[in-house]
Amino acid sequence: MTEEHFIVALVEDRPGVMQRIAGMLRRRNFNIDSISVGSTEIPGISRITMTVHGDRLTLEQVMKQLNKLIEVVKVSELRQEESVVRELALIKVNVKSERARAEVVQYASIFRARIVDVSKQSMTVEITGDEEKLRAFIELMRSYGIIEIARTGKVIMARGARNVRVREMK
Amino acid sequence: MAVMKGADAVVQALEREGVEVVFGIPGGASIPLYDSLYSSGIRHILMRHEQGAAHAADGYARVLGRAGVCSATSGPGATNLTTGIANAYMDSSPVVAITGQVATPFIGRDAFQETDVIGITMPITKHNFQVRSVAEIPEVIKKAFHIAQTGRPGPVLIDLPKDMQEGVAEIEFPEEVSLVGYRPTYEGHPKQIKEAARAILDAERPVILAGGGVIISGASAELMRLAEFIPAPVVTTLMGKGSFPESHPLSLGVLGMHGRREANHAVTESDLLIAVGTRFSDRSTGMVSCFAPEAKVIHIDIDPAEIGKNVKAHIPVVGDARRVLARLLQVLAEMKRKGRSREWIEKVKLWKREFEPELDYDDVPLKPHRVIKEIMEFLGEDDVVTTEVGQCQMWAHCYMRRSKPRTFISSGGLGTMGFGFPAAIGAKVAKPEVKVLDVAGDGSFLMNIQELATAVENSINVIVAVFDNRYLGMVRQWQELFYDRRYSAVDLGSSPDFVKVAEAFGAFGIRVEKPGEIKDALKQAADSGKPAVVDFVIERECNIFPMVPPGKCLKEVIG
Repeated sequence: MTEEHFIVALVEDRPGVMQRIAGMLRRRNFNIDSISVGSTEIPGISRITMTVHGDRLTLEQVMKQLNKLIEVVKVSELRQEESVVRELALIKVNVKSERARAEVVQYASIFRARIVDVSKQSMTVEITGDEEKLRAFIELMRSYGIIEIARTGKVIMARGARNVRVREMK
Repeated sequence: MAVMKGADAVVQALEREGVEVVFGIPGGASIPLYDSLYSSGIRHILMRHEQGAAHAADGYARVLGRAGVCSATSGPGATNLTTGIANAYMDSSPVVAITGQVATPFIGRDAFQETDVIGITMPITKHNFQVRSVAEIPEVIKKAFHIAQTGRPGPVLIDLPKDMQEGVAEIEFPEEVSLVGYRPTYEGHPKQIKEAARAILDAERPVILAGGGVIISGASAELMRLAEFIPAPVVTTLMGKGSFPESHPLSLGVLGMHGRREANHAVTESDLLIAVGTRFSDRSTGMVSCFAPEAKVIHIDIDPAEIGKNVKAHIPVVGDARRVLARLLQVLAEMKRKGRSREWIEKVKLWKREFEPELDYDDVPLKPHRVIKEIMEFLGEDDVVTTEVGQCQMWAHCYMRRSKPRTFISSGGLGTMGFGFPAAIGAKVAKPEVKVLDVAGDGSFLMNIQELATAVENSINVIVAVFDNRYLGMVRQWQELFYDRRYSAVDLGSSPDFVKVAEAFGAFGIRVEKPGEIKDALKQAADSGKPAVVDFVIERECNIFPMVPPGKCLKEVIG
């Protein structure tokens, strides 16, 4: 059965590590829907969050092949229902009329989004949330005319005490 | 701690790793390295093409079971290495490749002979490094050898920019290195081993499938004990050939597309497959959906990613083959055995007698079978056979009995024509005291024939047995069987005369056309005191049978 899986990988922050991972995923014919990279609590270790569509076997292979890469320190699967999943998006919309401007501000407030830039023709909204929330907000913005969208890709963290971290570092 | 040049640090680090030989070709971006090699104790063998250097290092590594080292300059030197690196990767061979690179300030500027060898070799190495500071050289080299030779071995490339070779720094050689993201699992999980033992005691028709991992981990003695304890017939993959003596009553030889019928039959009818150190290549399994259809599969492998990749494992055991088998034997000895009927073993032995192939042909032109038979009689069990790729390889694979690990060296995964001869050179350098013979086809031999110069200049006296049918024979065979005999681009014509080529290089050359001449020609080759080429003129359209056609099940054997 094919479904969405979340994989978190902790990797050594070295030149080329993203190319190694991207190259392996392409070579092995794995499809990644979303990928995001950032730093962690440990200097020199980056955290990669990716979502993979596929059956259990595909998920296992992706994780094993990731683990084979020397610079990949740890690979974990996180279940959506046991985790916090967030994504940030910047959305630039057309606001040519006073009315449009007021409505966008109102919608942003309802969604707990923030207006981070304003010009005569446009407003840029920053929104954080899960996929559903972002989708709903983007749909609303379409009627004003979306100029551009920048999304970070999802990041995920297990709820409660469970964690994905490097236990032993030299 | 000492202040020294980067190139000197490289050479000293290699010496600390026990490197005795480097196969390579220098060039603009590696001149400083070669300057340091010049005054070192390391023997450098100047090859005539970098592909040959990589294969020679690979052959050396496979015979000795430790890293072989090759070296090339930047750009074309590095790209020429890549086929050999990919070959070593597919066959899990510990090769360390060192490439020169343009100086750091020139990287990314499309400098003369610059190429992104790190990017190119990422998918065909276990890991690769580009040196970014002179001081890190010893650590990088230590890590490279560690990664190449431990866990599931594989090639590692070190890219050395020219300014890193020329630069000077305080150098300290670490005694050991630690890699947070690399901790191979050697000991099998006790619970899994126990479950495997139970399955073995419950099985009625067990078969052991031994792959290259048995040879790499040195598990042949444990494998033999397990086979005799159960007792179970043993089949091997191409990479596993030699892991179990093919003269043993329980040996059924090789399985797969050109495997022995008895091996393919036994796997197909087995109810338990004990697979050790194999990745279930498609050439071994045939169509996966009908591979060992009735069998529960125990899969022992050091690489967790191989478990469940091609064939579903019912009882996976991740670990080193030798340690897992040793533990498995202990567990088995402690468990209660019930009597097992001899029916399966008797059936297997019957197949073995029934399918014993005929090799003793008197035909002219020669049948390859006869040549294989005489080569077998010519070689001792410690001598090394390498092979090229294609029909010649499969004749050796199927018919030539080997009894010891590391005595049959072949390009299994990548299927690299041109591998066998330079690999033979590497093998002979590793073990000068044994005979080394390359089972070659005329097409394959031509792909690295320039290494005759290397062999002659360094008195590396290997024998190349050319199975000369003037065809790209395996392609021709497929065209005959599956493409209505439309022989597209496979006829190699009459050039060259291999005897004259051999002589022109300063090697010994002899042509054999009649079966009665084979033995004497091999003896003359061995006694010539030179590298030798024996040109066996074989029947042009002789096929390699048995064969499992592509996309078919192992039991659907033709020929």
